[in-house]
Amino acid sequence: MTNRHTLALTHIGVAIAAFAVASAMGALQGLTVADVNYPLRGESLYYVSVTAHGVLMALVFTTFFIMGLGYVFAEESLGRITGRAFGWAGFWIAAVGSVLAAVTILRGQSTVLYTFYPPMQAHPLFYIGATLLVVGSWIWGGVILASYRSWRAEHPTVPAPLSIHGMVATIVLWYLATTGLAIEVVGMLIPWSLGLTEKIDPLVARTYFWWFGHPLVYFWLMPAYILWYYVLPRIAGGRLFSDPLARMAFILFLVLSTPVGFHHQFVDPGISPGWKLAHTVTTYAVLYPSLVTAFTVIASLEVAGRLKGADGLFDWIGRLPWSDPFFSSVALGMIAFIFGGLGGAINAAYAMNAMVHNTAWIMGHFHVTLGTTVALTFMGATYWLLPRLLGRELRFKTLAQVQPYLWFAGMTLFSASYHIAGLRGMPRRVYSGALTGDLGGPWHTLTQVAAVGGVILFLSALSFITVVTATWLAGKRIPAPAFEFAVPIVEPAGPGLWDRYGLWTAVAVVLILLAYAYPLIQLLAHPRFGSPAFKPF
Amino acid sequence: MHVALYERIWMWAAAVLVVIFLGTIFVTAGLQAIEPPGHLETIDPTAIHEHPEFGSPTVTTLPDGSVVVPVVSGMFAFSPDPIEVPANTRVTFRLTSEDVIHGFQIVGTNANAMAIPGYVTQFNMTFARPGEYTIVCNEYCGLMHHSMVGKLIVK
Repeated sequence: MTNRHTLALTHIGVAIAAFAVASAMGALQGLTVADVNYPLRGESLYYVSVTAHGVLMALVFTTFFIMGLGYVFAEESLGRITGRAFGWAGFWIAAVGSVLAAVTILRGQSTVLYTFYPPMQAHPLFYIGATLLVVGSWIWGGVILASYRSWRAEHPTVPAPLSIHGMVATIVLWYLATTGLAIEVVGMLIPWSLGLTEKIDPLVARTYFWWFGHPLVYFWLMPAYILWYYVLPRIAGGRLFSDPLARMAFILFLVLSTPVGFHHQFVDPGISPGWKLAHTVTTYAVLYPSLVTAFTVIASLEVAGRLKGADGLFDWIGRLPWSDPFFSSVALGMIAFIFGGLGGAINAAYAMNAMVHNTAWIMGHFHVTLGTTVALTFMGATYWLLPRLLGRELRFKTLAQVQPYLWFAGMTLFSASYHIAGLRGMPRRVYSGALTGDLGGPWHTLTQVAAVGGVILFLSALSFITVVTATWLAGKRIPAPAFEFAVPIVEPAGPGLWDRYGLWTAVAVVLILLAYAYPLIQLLAHPRFGSPAFKPF
Repeated sequence: MHVALYERIWMWAAAVLVVIFLGTIFVTAGLQAIEPPGHLETIDPTAIHEHPEFGSPTVTTLPDGSVVVPVVSGMFAFSPDPIEVPANTRVTFRLTSEDVIHGFQIVGTNANAMAIPGYVTQFNMTFARPGEYTIVCNEYCGLMHHSMVGKLIVK
């Protein structure tokens, strides 16, 4: 019975393997920065592990998990995966690409971090591997879209299941975002790393990178939101508070989350202040669908609490299933996102950005957003998925129940410390918090607290991996529980404005052109010199 | 589209919040001319040492009393080092890089910008408090990135 989920399971397995390797490296980095002297500690190991941690967590773990989740929804919400063979081809292309990139990183040939800014040059197979990972994900997107079209042909008058609506928006966003990455990597980095071109323009490459780099965040977040809207209310015993607003949120993310990249380049030369201001407007606009999501999801949970008999102002919170590892993971992830979202609003204001740009604050920031909100949601979802996909009971249930709280505690120590250290001026990505001599005084204690947080996070990651491995290999066989999804309070009547994917894709393309065409042409038309390659690692 | 009353109130409140955030930025941009760096000026990163301004970068005082500080960042130091500037004077930093991308951050101030090979990054600062400040590189630039520090002396 579970064979039809093998494709999804294989993706999720790769995602968790990448997560396991990356977690160990994370713990190592926390200790290194805090100047804890362990055997083998060294600059090379540190910067290799920063590169591997970033690439494996941000690109491999997330992408494979999202691909697996897409297949689960295609199978369960549409009853089909159209072009399963292509799905397997995409998997192998992405897997081979990830392994190629990972090998060149671990051999110390590509210590360029996950942002791989030229003119620092990695091994050609690093860029080629990353490209294959993205190509694999493009094929995955095609399979999900084909499944949707096949379903749509049979159901012309029904709105798409919310899970698929969210996935379609995620996939279109991914195609638009990775276009920028493809121009950078295929058009510039690969020929340059192979020696076909001698020089490269670092600013132009950066600009293409951030065309991709910010929507990447929403590529992670939107599948998490699908789980919040479409699964969480059901787990909590409630109803989805508003179906149309959930649909609206996904479309707004699709439309708004790409033309924002300059907020990562506020202190770069060559892009005029006016265009930076334009990207500021879209950056704040993309805050809006998250604010709407916060209301809808929390209202759905309140409905759950009230259905269980709560009648006071806040007692519904206590009636929620806090001992269910999926529920607690997501709920804690949502609490973290309050800080993540507000921190993001600070980063997006360029006057305040100057205080925090490239400081430890930024590490603190993306560890509450990606590292908590998204990662906890995906880990929690794994507890929900495994019994349904494998037909096995979760092993070590108590460990699974404790794990999300452990993660939250560790991340609170880690992230709060680095936020504060960043405000005190600690630069990001440093081997030693002391820098040289004793310059790290203002933040030395904070790096030690963060290291304790890192160790707690590693223990939490180990717990997660133990539960997953034990369940996968030795969980008690049970009839696979059914996939049950949240039902909205008011059922949508039929496909509406938010279901017109062609229209919204066109709007998104126009916005990207408006946001990028003129500043890019201005840069490209200016006489530029280019830069030769450097390998300072 | 059916939207419950409380949710409609929240949606308006959220929209107002976004407008307030943006309004603050626009007001400070319009009235106080607070804006990020962003002028477009290119330079040949392979010929920095022959460059009239960046070849041997030195702090210069302009006729109007303001000060210009050209800074070359390279693995793993800033030049000039230390940088000496007067307090309560407009200081224009002009940054570039002779190799990879570096960051230039003066700890305890909001001076924070990228040095990108092939380009000149320009921004203005006024230092009110005399003293010694640490300059750090905040963009990974190689295995000794963490040791890339400099000193600013405000007199």
